[in-house]
Amino acid sequence: MSVRERLSGNEAIAHAMKQIDPDVFAAFPITPSTEIPQYFAQYVADGKVGTEFVTVESEHSSMSTCIGAEAAGARAITATSSCGLAYMYEVLYVAASMRLPIVMAVANRALTGPININNDHSDSMGARDAGWIQLYAENNQEAYDNYLQAMPIGEDESVRLPVMVCQDGFITSHAVENIELCEDAEVKGFVGEYHPENALVGHENPLAVGPYDTCPYYMEHKVQQAEAMKNAKARILKVASDFEKMTGRKYGFFEEYRMEDAEAAIVVIGSTAGTARAEVDILREQGKKVGMIKVRVFRPFPAEELAAALSHVKAVAVMDKSEGFAADGGPLFHEVRSACYDLPQRPMMIDVVFGLGGRDCATTDIERVYNRLFKMIETGEVGPVYNHMGQRDLREATV
Amino acid sequence: MSMTEIRWHGRGGQGAKTACLLLADAAFASGKYVQGFPEYGPERMGAPITAYNRISDTRCTIHSNIYTPDYVVVVDETLLKSVDVTAGLKETGAIIINSERSPAELRPLLNGYKGKVCTIDARKISEEALGRYFPNTPMLAAAVKVSGVVEPERFVADMRASFGHKFATKPQVIEGNMKALQTAMMEVKEG
Amino acid sequence: MIKARDIHEDCAWQQLTPGGEVYEGGTSKTFKTGDWRVNVPVYIADKCKQCLLCAPYCPDGAIPVKDGKRTDFDFDHCKGCGICAKVCPFKAIEMKKEEEK
Repeated sequence: MSVRERLSGNEAIAHAMKQIDPDVFAAFPITPSTEIPQYFAQYVADGKVGTEFVTVESEHSSMSTCIGAEAAGARAITATSSCGLAYMYEVLYVAASMRLPIVMAVANRALTGPININNDHSDSMGARDAGWIQLYAENNQEAYDNYLQAMPIGEDESVRLPVMVCQDGFITSHAVENIELCEDAEVKGFVGEYHPENALVGHENPLAVGPYDTCPYYMEHKVQQAEAMKNAKARILKVASDFEKMTGRKYGFFEEYRMEDAEAAIVVIGSTAGTARAEVDILREQGKKVGMIKVRVFRPFPAEELAAALSHVKAVAVMDKSEGFAADGGPLFHEVRSACYDLPQRPMMIDVVFGLGGRDCATTDIERVYNRLFKMIETGEVGPVYNHMGQRDLREATV
Repeated sequence: MSMTEIRWHGRGGQGAKTACLLLADAAFASGKYVQGFPEYGPERMGAPITAYNRISDTRCTIHSNIYTPDYVVVVDETLLKSVDVTAGLKETGAIIINSERSPAELRPLLNGYKGKVCTIDARKISEEALGRYFPNTPMLAAAVKVSGVVEPERFVADMRASFGHKFATKPQVIEGNMKALQTAMMEVKEG
Repeated sequence: MIKARDIHEDCAWQQLTPGGEVYEGGTSKTFKTGDWRVNVPVYIADKCKQCLLCAPYCPDGAIPVKDGKRTDFDFDHCKGCGICAKVCPFKAIEMKKEEEK
């Protein structure tokens, strides 16, 4: 039985956390994720959860607290954004290499500077190589659903990796929308309890974790991590399938929207996918063969599956909501284009960097991207590959 | 798909964001799909802020600001001077302004907007009903009355329940808010 | 469960524990540091008063104590640092070069 509600994305995440009732929440506030520990602190004060709520002095410490707690055998969580995530950078790698399935909610926000507190994906994209699984949400519902799936994915013996559950800061974290919640008992049954085979506390065998790894061992441990990330793909699909049985809501590595016969396609992450979906409907009504792919799982990167989904498309625009400063495209573009390299017939492909620091993206902006793709198909010319959209520019706009 | 888009203009601290979220609550309670979200910037008391509602019968997936609203609600009249409040506002819609002046007096300040202009003296209503100036409750009621996004009787009943929950520890505030709500629905002037 | 004694530099990644976890205590015993030694302590039993000051000072726990008395060094683990010789009040420990022992 689902419960109809209206919640902001932050409320939805906090509600999922309450239903899971983890052992430890290490909290340090940063906008726009601040409301998550704030709501959770209320649950702690009201006795609705049995969680040890640890207020720390920085994000480096909140992640370190999670590492200590999770290594001890507890289920540990935190939430952050932007510079807070950046401040965790060092210990993100420690969590992943110690194979601790910590779950962290991220309300995505730009990295300073210049100083900016609005949405883009710079924070989590900057941490994409830290060894964390990354799930992205279009709206409050997906943020909630992804959160419920994070622990069953990360804690599985074949995976044992930490998970970031990302949503767009402000755009969905602070937007109240309809949502369907699961019953508490359903969540308890689905997420289960965390009983790691080995942990620092509560076991007869003494255990040492996080060793100094000399050269003869380090590479082997990194291969283990790489294999675990590969294993995560099957686990993500298994958990999604179980989740669908419980809720009827379907998840995969990405969502294909009206892609069956699409000639022009957009690949995008996060809330912009909803805006693109509305524009696809408008263009389809005009008889245009357009589709959209919304990437939900960025780590592990579903390269083969994405390539297959794009194999019949003539022109693709990958939309990056972060800059990689590679001078030739953002991170999503690089990976999607690389994924398509082995296709016998590759689609024409461009990158559109957009929405930085909260720059709005409306359906009319999505229309401009499709118009660029139509032009590519018509002329057979790719034109400029690396584009920015939405900035004031003295040059002629390429998108 | 019929969707109503509403844009709120207010100043930090006046409750425009709260009114926007309350409208989302009210529309949700009447079975609608809702979005209620503020356009965020640094939070500064008195600085102009914008908030948005989308209300529809099916889930709206668009996650952008609203550029062609059906209705605009102006919580602070002084914003008419500094903000282009009617930008993109559909002529089939309406603008609702918190002012003691009449619609006819305000229309010349609205950049030639030809649609419906409504006014409501939220200060007077709030001060009479609550003894203090909280413009958001009367503005919310006026927005519901003019836009019709929620059926008025249903809205009043839902708001009573909502205030009852919100002010459980201060029941004296509930009646004041209900009075402000009902008075505003009666007194909003259309022109 | 993979035991520490089974982990060595010829192990493939599949034969190592996740994240390098070590599932038992006291594994430093299996790590023989004695061959790092350049200088070696020599225990002169005649001069020793069994004050036992040397044993807790040893950074490697390489001075075994049995029934309240120290015995000769554990040369599997003694790195020859010489701290014991410095702290001995009775000059009952002398440091020599490894080959002179």
